[in-house]
Amino acid sequence: MKGFYARRLHSLLGVIPLGAFFIEHMITNFSAYEGGKESFDKSVAFLNNLPLVLVLESLFIFLPLIYHGVYGLYIAYQAKPNNANYGYERNWRYTLQRITGVITFVYIVWHVFETRFQVALGNVTHEQLGGVMYNIVTNPVTFVLYTIGVLAASFHFANGLWSFLVSWGITVGPRAQRVSSYVCMTLFVIVSIMFILSLVAFRNMEFEDPTVALQTIRHFVA
Amino acid sequence: MAEVSTQSHPANVTAKKNVKFIITRQDKPDSPSYTEEFELPYRPGMNVISALMEIQRNPVDNTGKATAPVCWESNCLEEVCGACSMVINGKPRQACSALVDKLEQPVHIAPMKTFPVVRDLVIDRSRMFGALKKVKAWIPIDGTYDLGAGPRMPEKKRQWAYELSKCMTCGVCLEACPNVNDRTDFIGPAALSQVRLFNAHPTGEMNKEDRLDALMEPGGIEGCGNSQNCVRSCPKGIPLTTSIAEMNKDTSKHMFKRWLGV
Repeated sequence: MKGFYARRLHSLLGVIPLGAFFIEHMITNFSAYEGGKESFDKSVAFLNNLPLVLVLESLFIFLPLIYHGVYGLYIAYQAKPNNANYGYERNWRYTLQRITGVITFVYIVWHVFETRFQVALGNVTHEQLGGVMYNIVTNPVTFVLYTIGVLAASFHFANGLWSFLVSWGITVGPRAQRVSSYVCMTLFVIVSIMFILSLVAFRNMEFEDPTVALQTIRHFVA
Repeated sequence: MAEVSTQSHPANVTAKKNVKFIITRQDKPDSPSYTEEFELPYRPGMNVISALMEIQRNPVDNTGKATAPVCWESNCLEEVCGACSMVINGKPRQACSALVDKLEQPVHIAPMKTFPVVRDLVIDRSRMFGALKKVKAWIPIDGTYDLGAGPRMPEKKRQWAYELSKCMTCGVCLEACPNVNDRTDFIGPAALSQVRLFNAHPTGEMNKEDRLDALMEPGGIEGCGNSQNCVRSCPKGIPLTTSIAEMNKDTSKHMFKRWLGV
């Protein structure tokens, strides 16, 4: 595929469907903060009762994620950051976009392995995912790693939205790009707070599930 | 005479002051680079070009060792030709408009290494002219007969298009761009803005699809990573990022038109 279309597809997939799913994921997680275990379990059950859920997951999450992630690594490889000489705010966001992209990629691979992949293997059920999260966020090391992961993902999403608007020619002039910067950076703060509150919510005792095998998590910490 | 002597008094005081230059040099296109330091007597109003001329007149480094005069390129000496671009104290700019009074000491001077270095501060900007050819940055008006006058250009449009026409292909925006490097084939911000200029021209507009097609080739507009260093660095104040976003919009439209129109 020619560079132009490959790059545009990368930009589009980052917002639709991946950005949309990211927001959906944030809302689902936030139900753990808002309504506790019962509310979270209900949200998970709702998602899993969607028709053709495997098709939806593959088409709107996994395939776009793989394309966006792999092509994104290539974009990050092509960059030669020069922030020492050009310490402008936009240039920092350019570099951070690539750094957070790589962090998010690694984090998502790990996170999917611990959650969705374990469900696919049959090691845990959907109902036990709250318990899986409890084990992750009550361990200080994985809690910090998860916090870094969600911060990186939130920045990458919000700043990616800003550059999506530029790359498709929606925000053209300097004023439009400045206003969209404020909007997107505000979004970064809100999304980060909501994800971190959700992580904290999973530390609640009610999510503790003794039936969840600790193997996978222990494996990573060791 | 009295007036002259009072005016020259402060200059006499500063005349004893020396200014120091640390210059990155390179003897051949493929030889390693090295730095040499020079100390020159300060003169009021001196710029980097006049300092280089001083070194050329007396090519002796600050240890008193004779050396080859430093090579550089310059033409207009009024920041309109783009030939004397070099990295001065970490930022690419024109040496002719770099006043020593406004530069931090010692002054670091290096070639813009985004381009192939020919010798010392002389670089080869051919890739920029190649990029202008690639995007067809001209207006075809030749015919087998007199085509007559073209359509008129609205004054409002002429005003902003004039700003874009100030581009002197100096290469500063390419040097500042983190996406113009040996890992990409990105043609750089300057040529993207020229597409906007020629597509804005009422006669040039007749061939705008050709230029948009060129921007959608590998190394075209997809190479932009939105670091926006270009617009911060352009010595002519050209709204490069506005041009790029505008071309993003036009290539988006062009893409859908091509898909849905045939």
